[in-house]
Amino acid sequence: MIFKTILFAPLIGALIAGFGWRIIGDKGAQWVATGLLFLACLLSWVVFLDGAHHADPVHILTWVQSGTLDSAWAVRVDRLTTIMLIVITSVSALVHLYSMGYMAHDENFAETESYRPRFFAYLSLFTFAMLMLVTADNLVQMFFGWEGVGLASYLLIGFYYRKPSANAAAIKAFVVNRVGDFGFILGIAGLYFMTDSILFDDIFAAAPELAETSVSFLWTEWNAANLLAFLLFVGAMGKSAQLFLHTWLPDAMEGPTPVSALIHAATMVTAGVFLVCRMSPLMEYAPEATAFITFLGATTAFVAATIGLVQNDIKRVIAYSTMSQLGYMFVAAGVGVYSVAMFHLFTHAFFKAMLFLGAGSIIHGMHHEQDMRNYGGLRKKLPYTFWAMMIGTLAITGVGIPLTTIGFAGFLSKDAVIESAYAGTQGGYAFWMLVVAALFTSFYSWRLMFLTFWGEPRGDKHTHDHAHESPMVMLVPLGVLALGAVFAGMIWYNSFFGKTDKVANFFNVPFVAEAAHGDDHGAAKDDHGAEAKADDHGTEAKADDHAAADAGHGEDKAHGKADGKAAKPHYVLSGNPGAGAIYAGPENDVINEAHYVPKWVKLSPFIAMLIGLATAIWFYLVNPSLPGRLAQNQRPLYLFLLNKWYFDEIYDFAFVRPARALGALLWKRGDGNVIDGTINGVAMGIIPFFTRLAGRAQSGYIFTYAFAMVIGIAVLVTWMTISGGAE
Amino acid sequence: MSNVLTMTTFIPLIAAAILAIFLRGEDEFAQRAAKWVALVATVLTFLVSIAILAQFDPANPGMQMVEEAPWLMDIKYKMGVDGISILFVMLTTFMMPITIAASWNVTTRVKEYMIAFLVLETLMLGVFMALDLVLFYLFFEAGLIPMFLIIGIWGGKERIYASFKFFLYTFLGSVLMLVAMVAMFADAGTTDIVALMKHEFASESFSVLGIHVLGGMQTLLFLAFFASFAVKMPMWPVHTWLPDAHVQAPTAGSVVLAAILLKMGGYGFLRFSLPMFPVGADVLTPLILWMSAIAIVYTSLVALAQQDMKKLIAYSSVAHMGYVTMGIFAANQQGIDGAIFQMISHGFISGALFLCVGVIYDRMHTREIDAYGGLVNRMPAYALIFLLFTMANVGLPGTSGFIGEFLTILGVFQVNTWVALVAATGVILSAGYALWLYRRVVMGELIKESLKSISDMTTRERAIFAPLVVMTLLLGVYPSLVTDIIGPSVEALITNYDTAVSEAQAVTQHAATSATSH
Repeated sequence: MIFKTILFAPLIGALIAGFGWRIIGDKGAQWVATGLLFLACLLSWVVFLDGAHHADPVHILTWVQSGTLDSAWAVRVDRLTTIMLIVITSVSALVHLYSMGYMAHDENFAETESYRPRFFAYLSLFTFAMLMLVTADNLVQMFFGWEGVGLASYLLIGFYYRKPSANAAAIKAFVVNRVGDFGFILGIAGLYFMTDSILFDDIFAAAPELAETSVSFLWTEWNAANLLAFLLFVGAMGKSAQLFLHTWLPDAMEGPTPVSALIHAATMVTAGVFLVCRMSPLMEYAPEATAFITFLGATTAFVAATIGLVQNDIKRVIAYSTMSQLGYMFVAAGVGVYSVAMFHLFTHAFFKAMLFLGAGSIIHGMHHEQDMRNYGGLRKKLPYTFWAMMIGTLAITGVGIPLTTIGFAGFLSKDAVIESAYAGTQGGYAFWMLVVAALFTSFYSWRLMFLTFWGEPRGDKHTHDHAHESPMVMLVPLGVLALGAVFAGMIWYNSFFGKTDKVANFFNVPFVAEAAHGDDHGAAKDDHGAEAKADDHGTEAKADDHAAADAGHGEDKAHGKADGKAAKPHYVLSGNPGAGAIYAGPENDVINEAHYVPKWVKLSPFIAMLIGLATAIWFYLVNPSLPGRLAQNQRPLYLFLLNKWYFDEIYDFAFVRPARALGALLWKRGDGNVIDGTINGVAMGIIPFFTRLAGRAQSGYIFTYAFAMVIGIAVLVTWMTISGGAE
Repeated sequence: MSNVLTMTTFIPLIAAAILAIFLRGEDEFAQRAAKWVALVATVLTFLVSIAILAQFDPANPGMQMVEEAPWLMDIKYKMGVDGISILFVMLTTFMMPITIAASWNVTTRVKEYMIAFLVLETLMLGVFMALDLVLFYLFFEAGLIPMFLIIGIWGGKERIYASFKFFLYTFLGSVLMLVAMVAMFADAGTTDIVALMKHEFASESFSVLGIHVLGGMQTLLFLAFFASFAVKMPMWPVHTWLPDAHVQAPTAGSVVLAAILLKMGGYGFLRFSLPMFPVGADVLTPLILWMSAIAIVYTSLVALAQQDMKKLIAYSSVAHMGYVTMGIFAANQQGIDGAIFQMISHGFISGALFLCVGVIYDRMHTREIDAYGGLVNRMPAYALIFLLFTMANVGLPGTSGFIGEFLTILGVFQVNTWVALVAATGVILSAGYALWLYRRVVMGELIKESLKSISDMTTRERAIFAPLVVMTLLLGVYPSLVTDIIGPSVEALITNYDTAVSEAQAVTQHAATSATSH
């Protein structure tokens, strides 16, 4: 019941706000939608803090059923779900509240127009779809949520429907996402083909088998697990704006800023990360696919950060920052530390939502000016917003005390990602990309701060004179999110990236103690036959999680004493695929190894952050003319970055124009000349020839005969019915 | 009510006869009377057809409520429904009152117009219920005449060209079907469809004029039927009659054409091609799957280039029918379930989209996309409804459009991954053309002077859309309403098909091995 309330409260809010506002009024609609969201938020926290949840899915209604395909509307609640529940409902509730202030006056609409209920209806609708996505117990319902958030995103990006740029961005977002969905659908079809089910539990159980199976797809045979994991990841690439399918995200900033905070920073764009974590049992058996995820995530983090360096629109800077941080999450998931991916998702939701809402507050105060070149010296004018942005910046750049677990949320989660990347790739490509990206992150974040709040006011004097702090209804959400940005990392560090037993307990994953961390470790693993292992853990997984944990403790102590290595208890995640909220394969011990990386690795993101900060100070406080000169000197590079690596231009040239041209060609030439031409040729050329041959070219029109024939048959049969029926 | 099928079928015809005989004059009163008679008759037909649905037992895959009467010579008047046909019957009776209501503004030859639609309904219902080959052919072919007249008389500027194109294409296809039917009668000695489904037509390969015909007789018969149904669907590359017919047809004509008439092709595949010529179907499956995949991509691309709203939706229809043929010839549960679902759902969605065009066509008398823009400013209700059906057309989950697309892709993936891949690109392209259309018509500033006084939907118009909205959402959220009814019949169809194909393969292999051993 509690889950159904969480799930359907936003939908009811959307319907009431969307259709009932004429009755309850503009304000009433806003309050109803916001109130219901806060209710959902409260209940989500109750569920989250309640701890262990791995109950059977709550069945609501059957959905698509065909043969052995059986999908239902259902609620699956485990730790992954509850994390997403609090992220979604908290940010959404705060964004609802914030929007009451932000949307109160909007120059895109006349004062008499009732655009606000529509906005709140869309926001609530989005929240509902997102909740459907994360509570799904099967891939098809997940796809429903997946497309539902796509619809809401389309509607909200295009909310200013009079602006051509907003309409174009909305379509672009939907269509580019559909490219990802194309992969997702094929992935679902493939999983159904291989496992005869689209239920998560069945797929997870079949994952080890998939790793051993090959499937013929297109021109050749593939490893089933790798292929299917890759196809699903294509879906994730679209939704989470990973490289090659990212072009929609910056344009999506056409939507009102609260939308950017909720959808394009905190929740929807993280759906891809959630998908990969949700499918962790499959991913663990797909080494090549996860290697690709790691590679692409790292590359995205880097590329997006480079573009972020030179953007002038405040929202676009944050958008590229989001894209970059999503790359971090994918790296963590790709190297197999799903808990860390979720950790960064979790903390990022708070500080990125806050950065966006803070940007919204600035834009609101500056009369919808978004170009940072026209800001400057706003510290005094917008004091609360300034402090909020400051906390957000400290969080995203990763400020904290090195080698401890004290710091802003981003410090803990980002460092966890980087350490995992080092451990997972043995200090390879992904690690270095992320460190460089951390440097850039620090630079562009501080650049944003310095351009906005320091220096002399630039741009329109009138705007600056009338710059004002936002109302309380907008500042309160900023304050709440600031708490998250400061403390979320420290509070939940152990749960996401602490000792393995803590993480295992948090995610309800069974775990066992391992004797050593050395060379014999791998050998011992190999000795276990796959079957024996499955049986072994099968019983364990069924047992109560706490009992399993206790057993683990005991076993370990005994073990430890025997080996004389009691100093460091060492646990590894175990259990069958799908036994817990996340799954780590038998060979996957990255989460442990990440704690034992060299000190310089642990320090590297902090140093990168300092370099970025120092450079930003040098560029924008000490020597403000430097950036301009640098852009002049390095013009090609500057333009390359400013134009976002020319992805839009290339896509336009390679896909959009050819598609249109081909469409026109097929229509005029294909349909017109070839098909109709041939058929007309046959009809007008050959048939009269035959009719002449038959000496019956009276009218020469084939349809005269045809028509006559049909009528003839009809008359004949009618007549025979009347006369013959009497027999 | 043992003759409920006959009643359903002929109520519209009786109403048409009443109009033809008793109604005189062209005055206001006569016009209104004609409309009301037609509306009452179609609503009554729908109500009676509910009795069919109520009596129907989904668990029974055989023919139900069969009515049989001697007719002429050996040919019987035989009607019946099974899980495959019943929903097409329901779709027809459901859509016709909407069609009539959408024609309320017709002013020329109202009586004849209504008669044409009523006769058409009887013929369409007959197609879906007939259990005798001759009876089926009669309904199938005769249905051309009222549609021909509807386009030719009440159509747009180039109605004559379009109506003849429509007529010739579909007619030429069916001539071949007629030849095949004669051959079938000669071979099986009956025209009873149920008996023919049990009859095994020869499937040994033979050579004609040096061409080796795999699947022999069955392949030839299959091809003859295929010619007719493929044009009706319409499948690429014989689809070009459809955009012209749609563009020229009056709104209600387009609705019937898209919602019901196109489904006759799909129904024919399921009633004749698969069960009667399984070996022939198996031989030609790769070809048909590829034609379907090409249809999806080709017509979606063409839709992108359209300037005429109706043409765009017509091409989109062809693309959606591509999913149907793909699903049918995937010949597994998901494929065929999906294909039937797609046909039913497309009936509501495409019907609604043509009605959407009709709404603004009635106001502005143009279908040019460029003539519109910014309608949301003055027509918010219209914008919402158009958005819903645009999204349904795109196949958004939660609307009925998703289920069919998804199931057919799932089905065909099990048969041919290349085709699945190509077909799945349709989800990208459909989003492209549908949203672009929506943007150009509905979104943006309302700049054009001519649109400044356009009014939102009237109560009548809203009432017309209401049932379609309900069905699109209901089937999207609870598709079991359809799949429960069609499931057992489809399962039986597939079992028979698989048995026949594997038997034929065994025979071929046996022949091959014995040939080599000699």
